Amino acid sequence: MRILEGRGVTKFFGGMAAVSHVDFHVDQGEILGLIGPNGAGKTTLFNLISAALPLSSGEIRFKGNKLSGLKPHKICRMGVSRTFQETKVFPNMPVLQNVLVGAFFGTPTRISGAAAASEANQALEFVGLSAMSATPINDLTLGSQKRVEVARALVTKPELLLLDELMAGLTSTEVSEAMELVTRIRDKGITIVMVEHVMKAIMGISARVMVLNHGEKIAEGTCDEISRNKQVIDIYLGEKTRAGS
Amino acid sequence: MDIIRFVSTHRKLLPVGFLLLILIFLTTFPLYTKAYDIRVLTFILIWVVLAVSWAMFSGTTGYMSLAPAAFFGLGIYAMALLQRELPFPLIIAIGGAISFAFAVLIGLVTLRLRGVYFTIFTFGLVVFMTEITQYLETRLLLKHGQSIIPIDNVTLFYIMVGLAVAAVLITYLIRRSRWGLAMLSIGGNEEAAEHMGVNTTMVKVFTFAISAVFMGVAGVIAAPVLLYVNSNIAFSTFYSFMPIFMAILGGMGTAYGPVIGAVILGYLEITLRSQLFNYFMLVFGIVMVGVILFLPNGIVGLVPMLRDKLGPLISKLRKGGQAQQDANT
Repeated sequence: MRILEGRGVTKFFGGMAAVSHVDFHVDQGEILGLIGPNGAGKTTLFNLISAALPLSSGEIRFKGNKLSGLKPHKICRMGVSRTFQETKVFPNMPVLQNVLVGAFFGTPTRISGAAAASEANQALEFVGLSAMSATPINDLTLGSQKRVEVARALVTKPELLLLDELMAGLTSTEVSEAMELVTRIRDKGITIVMVEHVMKAIMGISARVMVLNHGEKIAEGTCDEISRNKQVIDIYLGEKTRAGS
Repeated sequence: MDIIRFVSTHRKLLPVGFLLLILIFLTTFPLYTKAYDIRVLTFILIWVVLAVSWAMFSGTTGYMSLAPAAFFGLGIYAMALLQRELPFPLIIAIGGAISFAFAVLIGLVTLRLRGVYFTIFTFGLVVFMTEITQYLETRLLLKHGQSIIPIDNVTLFYIMVGLAVAAVLITYLIRRSRWGLAMLSIGGNEEAAEHMGVNTTMVKVFTFAISAVFMGVAGVIAAPVLLYVNSNIAFSTFYSFMPIFMAILGGMGTAYGPVIGAVILGYLEITLRSQLFNYFMLVFGIVMVGVILFLPNGIVGLVPMLRDKLGPLISKLRKGGQAQQDANT
């Protein structure tokens, strides 16, 4: 079943199309990897789905309901949650309060204080940060802050989770931990779309990969298909080998 | 040593007892003081209400509002124009209601502005209110300024105590509630707050309006203290800037910080103004620069700072006491 579907999704910044006529879909329960060079429009696509930006044209449907025109907090309550490329934690609160914000406001039904606290503690335990719950958020490493963002997104009870470069800037140990975390989230039945530059992570866990370049979708398929796709190797993977040599 | 032990075991009772003392002091104050002192304390309480209600919105959401004077002046003019037609309690309600409605209107239009643009707009609002009031007053009422019938000082004082207590209490309750958490999340990162399900527009506008209610009601009660007002007095930008200074001096991190700042600066303002006339601004400026340089978290911020410095000393004392006790048994 298609949980999320986009048709002709287009976003102009001035005269430049950051995302141009992209058709895409996400199947329930899968992990969809979204890759592409810098400036390809990956984060813009996330911002369009979560309504941080209005669509220029096209439409996005979540479980058949149109998302365009809704405010971000409504979309969160419908069951689409996200994390941010540049971590956007609440610097003026300890870890637990950061997660509590999601628990209190992210679900469509009103939740009691005790229930919110237990949800938040469970989520922190799930991401492996229960020992840190009283720590000021700025004392955490980048990797841990990203985990707090994941916990904060999870307590909003999403059906679809958008992870924007969860692994960027992490050490290789942290990357494998994060990969394991993402699979555990999928095993809970949450559908995931992840933007990632770390190829090992994308190829390791996603069922399907979609490639964007200059705002257009240039390829879509299983990891194997993508890694053998000539066009993708030319503009994306190939670029990396050149940069490496 | 017993005192230290008592304090450390009953730490939570301390603020309650302290609050009770302040309340007893305030309620018995008119019994043993001169009329002038009551007026001074009434004015300090006006500052307390303005500073607390300013911090209620701006201290948590981070939106620096310069609008207090607009709502305060609105309250003053509500009293000046209605006092001959309606009973005082009704005017208080009307002053609050007008401020609430006006703040909702202003909030819906301007709270999409971020950072300095919001601040500039609210400042412009105060200037606009001054001019439009003067224009309407001279055109419609054919006069400039309003004299206000005095009301018994003690009555005004008690109403002001009630309003100040309500402002502090409501700020405290909001801070502890999920509503307060939503406000803090907006101050922390508004975009993230919106994406985590917080209806940021609603939270901002409603909190802005609640804080405006207190400012408006404070204006209604302040009018009979001022006796005469015109548009320049009622909408003086002084009423916008002072609450901010007070909140910064006291510290915005807690509900009681602005109270401390308002009491200190309010007292300073009244005494300096009567002794140094307009030079008091000079002293004020020096105090403000000092606070921003040395106490970025205000007077309240001193507590953790001192705890860090004195903490080891106190624990050493406590250990010493323990040892002495052990020796005795």
